[in-house]
Amino acid sequence: MRSKVTLARLARNPQARYGLIALVLLLALAYVGPFFGPYDWTDKDFTSFLSPPSADHWWGTTQIGQDVYAVTLRGMQKSIVIGFLVALFSTGLAALVGAFAGYFGGWVDKALMWVTDLLLVLPSFLIIAIISPRLKGASWLWFVVLLGAFSWMITSRVVRSMTLSLREREFVLAARYMGIPGWKIILRHVVPNLSSLLIIDATINVSAAIIGEAALSFFGFGVQPPDVSLGTLIAAGSDKVTGYPWLFLFPAGLLVLLVLSVNLIGDGLRDALDPGSNK
Amino acid sequence: MGAFLLKRLVSNVLLVAIAASMAYFLAATSLNPRANYEGRQPPVAESVVDATLEQYNLNDKTPVFERYVTWVSGVVTGDLGETWGGKSINDEMGRRIGVSLRLLLVGTLVGSAVGVTVGAYAAVKQYRLSDRVIGVSAFVIMAIPVFVLATMLTLVAVGINDTLGFTLLEYTGEYNPALSGWDQFTNRLNHLILPTISLALGQIAFYSRIQRNMMLDVLGQDFVRTARAKGLSRRTALFKHALRTSLIPAATYFAFAFGTLLTGATFTEKIFGWHGMGAWLVDSIHTHDVNAVAAVSLFAAVCVLVAGFLSDVIVAALDPRVRVS
Repeated sequence: MRSKVTLARLARNPQARYGLIALVLLLALAYVGPFFGPYDWTDKDFTSFLSPPSADHWWGTTQIGQDVYAVTLRGMQKSIVIGFLVALFSTGLAALVGAFAGYFGGWVDKALMWVTDLLLVLPSFLIIAIISPRLKGASWLWFVVLLGAFSWMITSRVVRSMTLSLREREFVLAARYMGIPGWKIILRHVVPNLSSLLIIDATINVSAAIIGEAALSFFGFGVQPPDVSLGTLIAAGSDKVTGYPWLFLFPAGLLVLLVLSVNLIGDGLRDALDPGSNK
Repeated sequence: MGAFLLKRLVSNVLLVAIAASMAYFLAATSLNPRANYEGRQPPVAESVVDATLEQYNLNDKTPVFERYVTWVSGVVTGDLGETWGGKSINDEMGRRIGVSLRLLLVGTLVGSAVGVTVGAYAAVKQYRLSDRVIGVSAFVIMAIPVFVLATMLTLVAVGINDTLGFTLLEYTGEYNPALSGWDQFTNRLNHLILPTISLALGQIAFYSRIQRNMMLDVLGQDFVRTARAKGLSRRTALFKHALRTSLIPAATYFAFAFGTLLTGATFTEKIFGWHGMGAWLVDSIHTHDVNAVAAVSLFAAVCVLVAGFLSDVIVAALDPRVRVS
C-alpha cells in the first residue's frame, strides 16, 4: 500500500518526526494548558498591572491585568483554528478550480485562469485590509474566507497543468467512455491522484495562513477585539516591547515555534511523498 | 515573438486596469472619509464637509460610479487626485517612492547577494557542518515573520544602546533633521542599518535555499565536468560555468521580489517609522483616504506586472537557450 510506505518514510524522516512532536506539544499547550493556569483568559487581576512573570502570573500580566499565559494560549487556539481552516479552504478551492480548468479546457479554462491571474495581480493584503472595516462585529469566519480566497491561485495553476496530463490517462478515458459526468470524474479520479501535491500544499498553507492572520491582525485588520489571536497579542506587545518584553516575547515565540513545526512537517512530507527521494 | 509580447502587454494592461478599478470600487464603498471630519470640536457644518469632500471627489453622496468616472478621467491624464487633506497624491507618491527605493535598493541588493553567496557556498560544501548550519538557520529564519524580526531587532538595539549609555543604533525614522552635511549622511546610514537587516535576513534565507538547490543540480551536470576536463581550475569552472547557469531562478525571484516589495515592505517601514509606500498603504486605510488607497493599489498592480516582465528579461539575458528560441 502506498499510504503505508509513505507513513513508514514519514516516521523515519527526522524532520517530520521532530515537527510532529513539536506540533503535538504545542497543540496540547494551547488546548490543555489553560486548565492548569491559575487564571481564566477573561479574568482581570486589578492588583497587578504590567507585572513581570512570577509564580502567580507565570508569563506576567498586561496593562489591564490580564494573565498573559491565559490570554496567549487563548490567542494561540484561535490562530491554530484559523490556520487549519484557511489551509483546508484554500487547498480545496485550488484543487477544484485547477482540476475543472484543466479537465474541461476551452472557455471554462480561459475564464477560470483569467480570474486566477486577476487575483494574483490584486494586492491581497490591501484588499483584505479595505474589506476588514466592514467585518467589524461579523464572525471571524469571514476572515478565514477572505484569507483563503487570496491564497489558492498559484497551487491551482500547478493543479491545472497536472490535470492536463491526467486527462489523457487510461483510467480517466475509461471513466469518460462509461458516461460518467465530468464533475464526478474530477472528484473521483483526478483530485485523488493529486493528493500528494495537495497534502504538501495544505501543510504549507497552514503556516502561511497563521503568519497571514498575524500580519493582518498586527495592523488591526484581522481578528477583532474582544477576540484575541497571536497576531493581536504580538501587535499589542510590540508597542511596549522595550519596557515590558514579556507581552511580546511569549506570543511571538509561540508563533515562530508553531510555524516552524508545521514547516518541518511539510518538508518531511515532501520527502516522504516524493517518489524520487530515497531517504 | 513581437506579436506574443504585444499580446501579453495588452492583456497585462487590461488586468491592471481591472484590478485598479476593483480596488477603487472596494475602497470607495467600504471606506468613509466623512469620519475624518466628524466628532470635531466645534462640529463642522455638514454643508462645509460636503463641499470639501466634493472638491476632493470623496463625497459619499455622489453615486460611486460618478466618482469613479471622475477618478479615471484624472488617472488617464496622469493625475491621481488628492488626499482627504487636500494634498496632491502625485507629489506624495513621488516622495514616498523615493523613501521606499532607498530602503529597498540596499535591502534587496544585500539580501540577494549574500543569500546567493551563502547558498552557493553551502552547495559546494554539501553535507559538511557549514552546509548544515546554513540550512538549519535558513529554515528557522524563514519561520520568523518580519514583524517579529523587526521588533526583536529594536529590542536588541535598545539593549545595546542602554548598556553602552549612548545611541549607537538608531531605530526610528529616516534621519535626524537637526544634523547637516556629513553628519546627516552618516546619520542616514545609521538609520538604514536595522531596517536593512530586517529586510535582508528573510531574503538571505530564501535565496540561499533556492541557490543551494540549483547549484547542486548544476554541479552534477556534464558541462561542469567538461569545463574541468578541458583544464579549467575548480574555481573558474565553478564561477564561470556553474554559478552563472544556476543564478537563473534567483534572478527571476530577485526581479519579482523587488517589484512586490515596493509596497510589501509595509511592516519594516511601519515598525521603523519610515514613511514609504508600504506605510502609506496602512495609513491611507486607517484615515479612510479613498484616492490614496486607489493610487497605492494601482501602483502595486503595476509593480507586480513590471516585475514579471523584468524577470523575463533577466532570464533571457542569463539563459542563452531562451534568447535563441
